[in-house]
Amino acid sequence: MRKDLLGLKDLSAQEIKNILDTAKSMKSIIENPKKKTPHLQGKTVVNLFYENSTRTRLSFELAAKYMSANAANITASGSSVQKGETLIDTAETINAMGTDILVMRHNMSGAPHLISKIVDASVINAGDGMDEHPTQALLDMLTMLEHFDSLEGKKVAIIGDITHSRVVRSNIYGLKKLGAEVVVGGPATLMPAGIEDMGVKAYTTIQEAIIGADIVMGLRIQLERQKKGLFPSIREYYRFFGVDDDLMKLAKPHAILMHPGPVNRGVELSTSLIDGEKSVIVNQVTSGVAVRMAVMYMLSIGGFN
Amino acid sequence: MKILIKNGRVIDPANGIDNAADLLIEDGKIAAVGGEFDASGAEVIDASGKIVAPGLVDMHVHLRDPGQEYKEDIITGTTAAAYGGVTSVACMPNTDPVCDNEAVVSYIINKAKTKGYADVYPVGAVSKGLLGKELSQMGEMKFAGAAAVSDDGRPVWDSSLMRRALEYAGMFDMLVISHCEDLALADDGYMNEGPVATAMGLRPISRAAEEVMVSRDILIAEAIGARVHIAHISTKGSAELIRRAKERGVKVTCETCPHYFTLTDRACEGFNTNAKMNPPLRSDEDVSAIKEALRDGTIDCIVTDHAPHHIDEKNCEFGYAKNGIVGLETSLGLGIKYLVNEGVLTMSELIEKMSLNPARLLNITKGTLSPGAIADIVIFDPEKPWTVDINKLHSKSKNSPYDGFELFGKPEYVLLGGKIIIDKGELICR
Repeated sequence: MRKDLLGLKDLSAQEIKNILDTAKSMKSIIENPKKKTPHLQGKTVVNLFYENSTRTRLSFELAAKYMSANAANITASGSSVQKGETLIDTAETINAMGTDILVMRHNMSGAPHLISKIVDASVINAGDGMDEHPTQALLDMLTMLEHFDSLEGKKVAIIGDITHSRVVRSNIYGLKKLGAEVVVGGPATLMPAGIEDMGVKAYTTIQEAIIGADIVMGLRIQLERQKKGLFPSIREYYRFFGVDDDLMKLAKPHAILMHPGPVNRGVELSTSLIDGEKSVIVNQVTSGVAVRMAVMYMLSIGGFN
Repeated sequence: MKILIKNGRVIDPANGIDNAADLLIEDGKIAAVGGEFDASGAEVIDASGKIVAPGLVDMHVHLRDPGQEYKEDIITGTTAAAYGGVTSVACMPNTDPVCDNEAVVSYIINKAKTKGYADVYPVGAVSKGLLGKELSQMGEMKFAGAAAVSDDGRPVWDSSLMRRALEYAGMFDMLVISHCEDLALADDGYMNEGPVATAMGLRPISRAAEEVMVSRDILIAEAIGARVHIAHISTKGSAELIRRAKERGVKVTCETCPHYFTLTDRACEGFNTNAKMNPPLRSDEDVSAIKEALRDGTIDCIVTDHAPHHIDEKNCEFGYAKNGIVGLETSLGLGIKYLVNEGVLTMSELIEKMSLNPARLLNITKGTLSPGAIADIVIFDPEKPWTVDINKLHSKSKNSPYDGFELFGKPEYVLLGGKIIIDKGELICR
């Protein structure tokens, strides 16, 4: 039994594999001309987003609707949040309206963990602070498995702002459980202390990170980090940490290129790579809907086992 | 009115006493320790198997009164103190209004005298309104009864103001207690920088944020020959800086809190807001270094930094939760279990750091059982276990990370000014 999906830290390798297997079959529903199944018929899914999001929120919403759930969205700007209501009170209110699945994004690490203890609804973490973004990592792994039979022994190089990234943490937890080797690369100012303790190698010269990689993943850099003094300029960032065609040649010949989006073209990745044949960025988006369908459906029937 | 405490093990570090002795109290003062004396007509407390020590002096407490009585007030805070064996409390000035003038100092002292269960010594603000701009009126606060000054909760950011504060407070022989934190380095962080914070995605605070300011204060004190007291040290580096400064004769003293020798940042796992404090809980290496610094005398005092917060201020997102924990009722028990029972300190050394040393730093005549001294006494059995139940704490707030911990030596009797206020473990009217 598992009520919530808070992070990949707590999931077993088998649970992750089960989600990915289910997601594969969900993908065929998305490709079907009549996108409607009864998996979540009569269930209510509420997206509670305290941070701006276009793709993740839409992805959850469509996933719920494809499975016939009632779906509603709340964003922090249009709710009682502005009136000073606490997160707990907001969540209890949503729960009391008959919500079965509460999808939550919050700027503070641990916020969904707090709420999961209070509500009966299943809580799905759609990104909490710098902690985790489990469905992103699951969709990343699903996309990888469309190109590789297994992730065992595969080298995944994740490049960019490691410090502030919840995507990187979920990917490290998930990929390590599936046997992949994970390396991270980025400027020292965006590399958190003790990251190696999560079982990864860390590099500030990204060439070293990318050499021999099967998968190269760029991370979004928030341009306001420059104002905080974490890097000097976009130009310099791209020169030392942007991934372009030349750098990609250091990876294995069959390597794929990923990015959780939205991409800053010419900052994290070159335009020619984004639009090139190695890029699977658009496939990631489709995988996202499939993974979210799988997670919501499985939670509605008791968990991932 | 006489009270005879019989058959106990009397520990009085001020007089180098640690032996079985009877102790007589007369008219609120210690009349005799050991030897022959006339105890006729005295009320008798049997302290067989128990330690009889001077009441504890906690020089770093937030009583939240005036202004934040929903968290704690002087009555509940001193009640918690009494249950913890703490008979003297120095309370920090971050109240509302700020304790930066005679009126607030007098309010605190009067309320404690008439309604409290411990002697309360207000700590005045270093700067008016804790704003770090102008010196507060330390002289008038001193004469109203303030024991020290501090801008605790925030650093005295302006180094020149810190220098003036040390000079000015020194003139009145008032201790300056410095909260050491370089706010720019802390960078809005709220957890120790390292693998645990990284794995949880919590904003980190570097050890350097504390140590840079410890260094600064040592150097200022050294340059002008003033004394300074460093609050709540939490890192190996701070301990080493203070150790070296003491070796070369700088008039620096310091304190730590039980949480810095009992817990690490791993206590925050699961987003446990009751383990969130400032400075943050550190690593195993820091805990070992803090213990070593207690052992070798680098750290003078153990204080609680008792910081009550309402449940709504803790039962929320980790990043939004307030810093701090309550500590008055668990400090002695934690000291016995993690310092005495582990062989870091002798019982006498523990009492010295929790009673005599802070009394001396505050320049108050407490922390001793010398004949003639005010009879503030704690009696406890250091081998008797008890289990912390946060719902049974007497503070208004229950924000403690020690729920369920088995500790030793819950105070069975506490005497304040020669009157029994804790009798067989329960508070009785003053």
